[in-house]
Amino acid sequence: MREVQADTVRDTVERLFIEANYDLPEDVIGRFKDALGEEESSVGREIIEELLLNARIARDERIPICQDTGLAILFMEIGQGVHITGGDLEEAVAEGVRRAYKKGYLRKSACDPFTRTNTGDNTPPILHVRIVPGERIRLIAMPKGGGSENYSEVRMLTPSDGAEGVKRFVLEMVQKAGPNPCPPITVGIGIGGNFETSALLSKEALMLPFGKRNDDPYLRDLELSILGEVNKLGIGPEGYGGSVTALDLHIKSRPCHIASLPVAVNIQCHAHRIKEASI
Amino acid sequence: MEMRRITTPLSDDVVGELKAGDKILLSGTIYTARDTAHKRFIDTLRAGGSLPFEIKGQVIYYCGPSPVLPGRAIGAAGPTTSGRMDVYTPTLLSLGLKGMIGKGKRSQAVKDAIVKHKAIYFGATGGAGALLSKAVLSYEVVAYEELGPEAVARLVVKDLPLFVINDIAGNDLYEMGMSGYRR
Repeated sequence: MREVQADTVRDTVERLFIEANYDLPEDVIGRFKDALGEEESSVGREIIEELLLNARIARDERIPICQDTGLAILFMEIGQGVHITGGDLEEAVAEGVRRAYKKGYLRKSACDPFTRTNTGDNTPPILHVRIVPGERIRLIAMPKGGGSENYSEVRMLTPSDGAEGVKRFVLEMVQKAGPNPCPPITVGIGIGGNFETSALLSKEALMLPFGKRNDDPYLRDLELSILGEVNKLGIGPEGYGGSVTALDLHIKSRPCHIASLPVAVNIQCHAHRIKEASI
Repeated sequence: MEMRRITTPLSDDVVGELKAGDKILLSGTIYTARDTAHKRFIDTLRAGGSLPFEIKGQVIYYCGPSPVLPGRAIGAAGPTTSGRMDVYTPTLLSLGLKGMIGKGKRSQAVKDAIVKHKAIYFGATGGAGALLSKAVLSYEVVAYEELGPEAVARLVVKDLPLFVINDIAGNDLYEMGMSGYRR
């Protein structure tokens, strides 16, 4: 049994959300650079150059990458040999978010659904916890903006819809979103499980590294096939037309009920902000 | 790409010359307003009240900036998705609003109102909030301070880089751009 102080979790959460909002991951920057070579439209290339410049300004001059610094989504994998002590874990995470959004000059975007009154400190965070073997805690912070999240959906397809049905659903979603979710986007597709697990799988799919293909050859081919079709839509960077509409597309899948084919599509904007740490 | 410099408030002549796809650099005074502020504008008008600023000839930027950074005029300041304001926009255009800055598609009703009232819709690069913030010289909240990031603020900008999306001839850069690359 290893003891971890709740305060350590709090401080790590604070650091991760600030870093995520100021320092775009190197692999995202690398993917932008590759996309410059793939984009056929000169306006599209100009936009990608702007995104590279934006990331550099954010990092060097300490300005958030985007004003929408997101709802605070945190994935935690807690080793079953860890004992969290000295406080309430959920409160420690919330306090870490509160401090990050205050000290980091990050926008508070959480509000009441109907009165639209801002909660004032970007809490409550969205916390996903999984218990895993070991004595470590892994934290992945993924602040995510509203513009791309708004173009996400869960749909209960029927088994006869199959892979073609999944493909049609994804293309419909990307087409409908058009310029709105800040392309070039990344598409996360969750297939299987039930209603809520498909949504979670689609978000986890977004957390996979660029270029990582599914280990299952059938799903690997489906990823490449849908990605190819998405990039034929012509939406392009910022929707001004072009050949790079999506930077990548990932599928995560698990078994589902014999009566069902749950599919979730989660769209991520080009500013794919994600940071992780281990305690 | 050739860039044209224009200054607010926008005249009918300038608006009439702008074409979808033009890249422009905008300078002058603009106002931020997004979801909740727009709802309040319309509620205020319905109740017989007046808007918190004179809207005639003005430009609204759909933007909820991040908090002002120490030593800077503003925080990150990119556009939000304009489509959510579509239900409110034709009313504002009928009152003389001349320009809008945001990102994403507008409804047919907004595009029609743009043509009818000789207005213009600009796109700023979504997700480039750090870059765009450097064009902002000053930020001053003028209404609804309690809305925090959704407050209405007066910005003075210098050379804010924008694309013309919807012009008075009914053209739409998104439709033009996409049709050229659809396979």
